[in-house]
Amino acid sequence: MSKEPYTEHEYDVIVIGAGGAGLRAAIEAARQGARTAVITKSLLGKAHTVMAEGGCAASLGNADDRDSWKVHFHDTMKGSKYLADWRMAEIHAKEAPDRVRELEQWGAVFDRTPTHVINQRNFGGHTFPRLAHVGDSTGLEIIRTLQERGIHEGIDMFTEHTVRHLLKEGERVTGCVAYGRVKGDFHAFSAKSVVLATGGITRCWTVCSGSWEYTGDGHALALWAGAELRDMEFVQFHPTGMVWPPSVRGILVTEGVRGEGGRLYNSEQQRFMFDYVPAMFRGDHADTIQESDQWVAEVVSGRQATVRRPPELLTRDVVAKAINAEVKAGRGSPHGGAFLDISHRGKDAILHKLPSMYHQFKELAGVDISEEMMEVGPTAHYVMGGVRVDPQTQETTVPGLFACGEVASGLHGANRLGGNSLSDLIVFGKRAGEHAAKRAKNLAPPPIDEAQVQAAIAEMVEPLERGEGENPGRIYDEMRDMMQAKVGIIRTKHELEEAVDDLRAFKARAQACFPGTDRRYNSGWHQALDLINMADVSMAATLAALTREESRGGHTRDDFPTPDDDHWGQHLNIVWMEEGELKIRQERLEPIRGDLVAVLDEVKAMIKARAEEQGGAR
Amino acid sequence: MSLKGRKQAFRVTRGVGDAAEMEEYEIELDEGMVVLDCVHRIQHEQQPDLAVRWNCKAGKCGSCSAEINGRPRLMCMTRMSDVVAETPAGTPIEIRPMKAFPHVKDLVTDVSWNYEVAQRIAPVKGPEAPNWEFNQAEAHRVQHFRECIECFLCVNTCHVLRDHARFDAFAGPRNLVRLAQYEMHPLDEEDRLPEIKNEFGVEYCNITRCCTEVCPAGIRITDDAIIPLKERVVDRYYDPLQRIWRAITGRKVRM
Ligand SMILES: Cc1cc2nc3c(=O)[nH]c(=O)nc-3n(C[C@H](O)[C@H](O)[C@H](O)COP(=O)(O)OP(=O)(O)OC[C@H]3O[C@@H](n4cnc5c(N)ncnc54)[C@H](O)[C@@H]3O)c2cc1C
Ligand code: SF4
Ligand code: SF4
Ligand code: FES
Repeated sequence: MSKEPYTEHEYDVIVIGAGGAGLRAAIEAARQGARTAVITKSLLGKAHTVMAEGGCAASLGNADDRDSWKVHFHDTMKGSKYLADWRMAEIHAKEAPDRVRELEQWGAVFDRTPTHVINQRNFGGHTFPRLAHVGDSTGLEIIRTLQERGIHEGIDMFTEHTVRHLLKEGERVTGCVAYGRVKGDFHAFSAKSVVLATGGITRCWTVCSGSWEYTGDGHALALWAGAELRDMEFVQFHPTGMVWPPSVRGILVTEGVRGEGGRLYNSEQQRFMFDYVPAMFRGDHADTIQESDQWVAEVVSGRQATVRRPPELLTRDVVAKAINAEVKAGRGSPHGGAFLDISHRGKDAILHKLPSMYHQFKELAGVDISEEMMEVGPTAHYVMGGVRVDPQTQETTVPGLFACGEVASGLHGANRLGGNSLSDLIVFGKRAGEHAAKRAKNLAPPPIDEAQVQAAIAEMVEPLERGEGENPGRIYDEMRDMMQAKVGIIRTKHELEEAVDDLRAFKARAQACFPGTDRRYNSGWHQALDLINMADVSMAATLAALTREESRGGHTRDDFPTPDDDHWGQHLNIVWMEEGELKIRQERLEPIRGDLVAVLDEVKAMIKARAEEQGGAR
Repeated sequence: MSLKGRKQAFRVTRGVGDAAEMEEYEIELDEGMVVLDCVHRIQHEQQPDLAVRWNCKAGKCGSCSAEINGRPRLMCMTRMSDVVAETPAGTPIEIRPMKAFPHVKDLVTDVSWNYEVAQRIAPVKGPEAPNWEFNQAEAHRVQHFRECIECFLCVNTCHVLRDHARFDAFAGPRNLVRLAQYEMHPLDEEDRLPEIKNEFGVEYCNITRCCTEVCPAGIRITDDAIIPLKERVVDRYYDPLQRIWRAITGRKVRM
């Protein structure tokens, strides 16, 4: 093996990823006195978080003072179909308000209430208006705030660098190896703690709302380093992605449209969501169009709702499956979606509250949403599954390795509520940074093991030296089409089994592709490497989907269409890797702590009483 | 106009710096494509190592700036139907990297200068106690600036930088927007005018409005950000009454 040159670096804490979670973690680590670096595949401020639209959930109680951490905790658990880690849901609900207020003090300028404090909007599954927001570009606001704060905390930023390998010494993680995307050079980092904040995996599907970065790098790095993943079968298909023209298929239409009163219609002009209220939510959504219109009128004028919300605001899994069913029944829109209408709100309100949606449709589809309906359909949006972490410290099952943000798991269970990701990033980003720094305090800088570094570099360089092979772009397109067809929103046993075989074949093809020989900013080379993670992570999702023989939240089996509360309602799938092979086992959920059960009961009683007051339970 | 099935030629910058050349590609188009889709198609079908920077493909991250037929635009928000319509029949569509920045490779440039300038700008400094209060109108004035997606198309277009390369003396329109955003933040207490005048060289701007014209976020950079900053500088440094007022009250002048 010929030796490649590389540059060595030494830090207390390395954060991989510069989205909301990574930046918040790095700020915290630096504030605790740790020498901290951030490594990111893109430039600063470009991470996926920048795309988030609707808002950030926190029970500030500004828009409705009946809100509290308890209601947020309840809503998160219920939305998760009770598979969420209740400790994380508790921490999240309690700490989110402070994290949002802190962002404001770092310069975030959220929309205001008439009383001059942070305004909050309604979103699916949230009992009260809870999402702090800036029009429909909340993610931009949050990432820019953290970026503008982060650059003054003495953090070193390695932008356009991709981490490909975690260094280990025995059981613990001791650093990482990365390549520079611009020059194609190599870097080895010694670190006492490493924080994964690499975001999600949704690029594994053709129709997705994610950026190119969403190739599941962190999930794969964790698997390769011996950490465990959980909940990988739960992929959130957001109900409203653009469906036309083909080149924009999948681009997100924020749930904020429905939060602002958007109505879903089928091709027969029916508000079909009234027919899809699941038993679990029966009684807390409007029964009639009139009731739902009144709710919209009340909340958009800043009053407290006195009636129940429209069924369009059911949780995402429910709405996505409803659209899917309407299309299957032959009542879809011309390009295979449903119609979403916000035009009744008028152009001024739309331009103020949903400006980027207005421009997105105008510029990309030639549709004026203040006059015409949008065509929307499900798009792969978020992965609830991810690296298993300790709820308090965010440390994974491998010492020295932490994870936060979308790459981590536990908070969202079978289904994430909209707005609960941005809050997840700042709550658990901070915790991960804090505990990573704490751990670093008691350790000496680990030595860099040259043999591991050279092995990692050899793996990276190999595709450039193959001389011939397929274009990685082709494999990428085909593999995503396969996942879309066989591990999509509705799954069945035989398709999932086929997907397992297909993924093996795709991985073999990926290991033989040829992206050319150039090391400098060679997009094909980067893709050739990403394909390997995508194959492993897709396999984790497929195995978990195959194993869970029931339907729940973001996982729907055609052959097992109902939830199985007795078994699967009590069990999680855990995936890990041994000698290059993925393994899976089930683990029983731990019963919810007594005082939290009481909290859930208290909130349930409150919601029931309210629903009866507002419209009478069915 | 339906583009489906149409064969379209492109001339795309290939290579590094002075050694870069225009290379021709032909691909088949589909309905509703944007320029970035075409670049991806070239990558996936013909040229895997073609360098292009992008992230969101939705006009939200500001990564994919380039000069398309000589006009600086976001590749992901430029529809092929428009570009085909503006290109004379039989001529290839030209895609080049931004000209004002050092070339990295193909369509990618080195925009790090913008980040270096940003690093020198002090962050917001407001009240210690949380739950800041200000109204929607005050918020709105600043939010407008905060819609910037850092595409640096404005910087690429500004003649002070593009033609005169005053990277040493002038912060460029993007960072002047950032300064305006802090300066007009309802609760920011930092005194920024000395820097805005001296270090960030607001006076280099001679209000040509070229930056405003290319801004994909629709920020009225010149009129809403730069001119008010210039006025504040004038009031501070060249208006004797204001100077006395400040000496007496010790307060920052608000407009
Ligand atoms: C269109 C859209 C709208 C959304 N709207 C909302 C919303 O309104 N509310 C809400 O709560 N959530 C929303 N979400 C979800 C939310 O935006 C994401 O879940 C969240 O931003 C993820 O943040 P993160 O910090 O975990 O990761 P990201 O922001 O994705 O950052 C990941 C970082 O990791 C880096 N990285 C990845 N791999 C590597 C590697 N190998 N080496 C080095 N660096 C690496 C990337 O470069 C990037 O910097 C939305 C998502 C989408 C797609
Ligand atoms: S208005 Fe000023 S900043 Fe904008 S392009 Fe002209 S000179 Fe440059
Ligand atoms: S001000 Fe406009 S043109 Fe300039 S970087 Fe920001 S978004 Fe781009
Ligand atoms: S890719 Fe994000 S703006 Fe074009």
